[in-house]
Amino acid sequence: MAEALGYPFFQRALLAGLLVALLSGFLSPFVVQRRLSFLGDGLAHAAFAGVALGLFLRGEPLWFALPFTFLVAMAITFVKERTELSEDTAIGVFFALSVALGAIFLAKARGYVGDAMGYLFGSLLAVGPLDLLAVGLMALLALFFLPLWGPVAYATLDRELALADRVPVVLHDYLLSGFLAVSLVLAVKVVGLILVAAFLVIPGAAARLLARTFAGMTLLSLLLALLSTLGGLFLSLALDWPSGASVVLFQALLFALALAKTGLSGGK
Amino acid sequence: MLALEIKDLSVRFGEFWALEGVSLAVPEGAFVAIVGPNGAGKSTLLKAVLGLVPFRGEVRVYGLPLRQADPMWFGYVPQIKAFDRSFPALALELVLTGLRRSWPFRVSPKEREEVLRALARVGAEGLAERPLGRLSGGQLQRVYLARALIRKPRILLLDEPATGVDRVGEVDLYRYLEDYQKASGATVLMITHDWEAAHHATHVLVLNRKVVGFGPPEKALTEACLRQAFGHVGHAHGLFVEGSRG
Repeated sequence: MAEALGYPFFQRALLAGLLVALLSGFLSPFVVQRRLSFLGDGLAHAAFAGVALGLFLRGEPLWFALPFTFLVAMAITFVKERTELSEDTAIGVFFALSVALGAIFLAKARGYVGDAMGYLFGSLLAVGPLDLLAVGLMALLALFFLPLWGPVAYATLDRELALADRVPVVLHDYLLSGFLAVSLVLAVKVVGLILVAAFLVIPGAAARLLARTFAGMTLLSLLLALLSTLGGLFLSLALDWPSGASVVLFQALLFALALAKTGLSGGK
Repeated sequence: MLALEIKDLSVRFGEFWALEGVSLAVPEGAFVAIVGPNGAGKSTLLKAVLGLVPFRGEVRVYGLPLRQADPMWFGYVPQIKAFDRSFPALALELVLTGLRRSWPFRVSPKEREEVLRALARVGAEGLAERPLGRLSGGQLQRVYLARALIRKPRILLLDEPATGVDRVGEVDLYRYLEDYQKASGATVLMITHDWEAAHHATHVLVLNRKVVGFGPPEKALTEACLRQAFGHVGHAHGLFVEGSRG
């Protein structure tokens, strides 16, 4: 295993994976407590449309998926904030629109589609130096989000109290959606389009089973995301499995262990 | 001095006017009981005062326009509602949001002491380390009250604080409120369906989308006022202040 660390492609995948794990581990408790799992799915499909657009235009798919997914995230939040439609309804609309667009772009891009499996399930070989740079920049940007953990967590528990205390809850909703969209797209190369939403759910869900406080849940989620990425990527390399599938399997294993511990202790 | 001055306040939800032309002057230190039928706009009035709903008209707090009023002046106890019981949180963390206006990542020993004092003030010192999801309605109400009181508010806004609380707990709750008001001189606005509590207030606001009556209980809790607000007098019969019929 140690010799794997000598391969530049694996070094890039590992570094990108760990940075993505930090992002998703940080966001996952919000996704779980705000019941945004479906938003993750919706944005993953928006990313699919973006990737398909990139393939159709013969550009780097990631650079198309990033703005496309970000715009869809903003649109979903806008519809939720400004209309009486529920968030899942708004997601359902953009989800379908994205898949329809993606299907058309892919159909028109026939002949230029590269390794589709890589985009669907993630690939260790897919992470290039530019991808790593993008993930690194996002991780740096995420540092600015750290001071918002408290106000966003406050509004997660009780939106009305936070609003009464003049917390800019709506602005934070947009920031959270945008942050989710960008993190999700950056995770696509490592995890793949199909499994990227799980990446944003399972660490938080497993952490929720073990934690008594939201701070504890956040720390545990970060730890579980890092552990599963590390384990999953080595598993992927050793068994030649798709990287995303390996990481998510590892996450599911950790979730099962958390569930068993909760069951055995009769609650938390 | 006026704690709260409301001029021609109207709130509309779509085509429905929840409040229409409400004007009110609440003196500092008043204990106002807000009564009215369901859908009368009682909760909407408190939410407008907190800036939670858009409104037409003017709200001034201690002489300042609402936007300039410090949010720490308000202590708000919302109606017991179906809040997210799956959120992993301890009672002490919720109380601390009253000071921080943010969720705490860690709690300092000094903050813990302050929270414990606030919980003790409402007879809930044993609940500090209890997960919010495992509190009963009455316990949760005390924790929310401690959260409101910890910031030493100048104006306390309570939305049916006795809902889900047993009779003993209810009596305790009113005692904590009275103690706080006496000690601090704060102004209290409390939505209640408890006529007895309304009689103990310094002022009663009878509301049904418009102000039907406002003043000391003997002036506001008249048969005419209640009939106008509720359409009938129902179980309030016999609770009018002596000589106020008509």
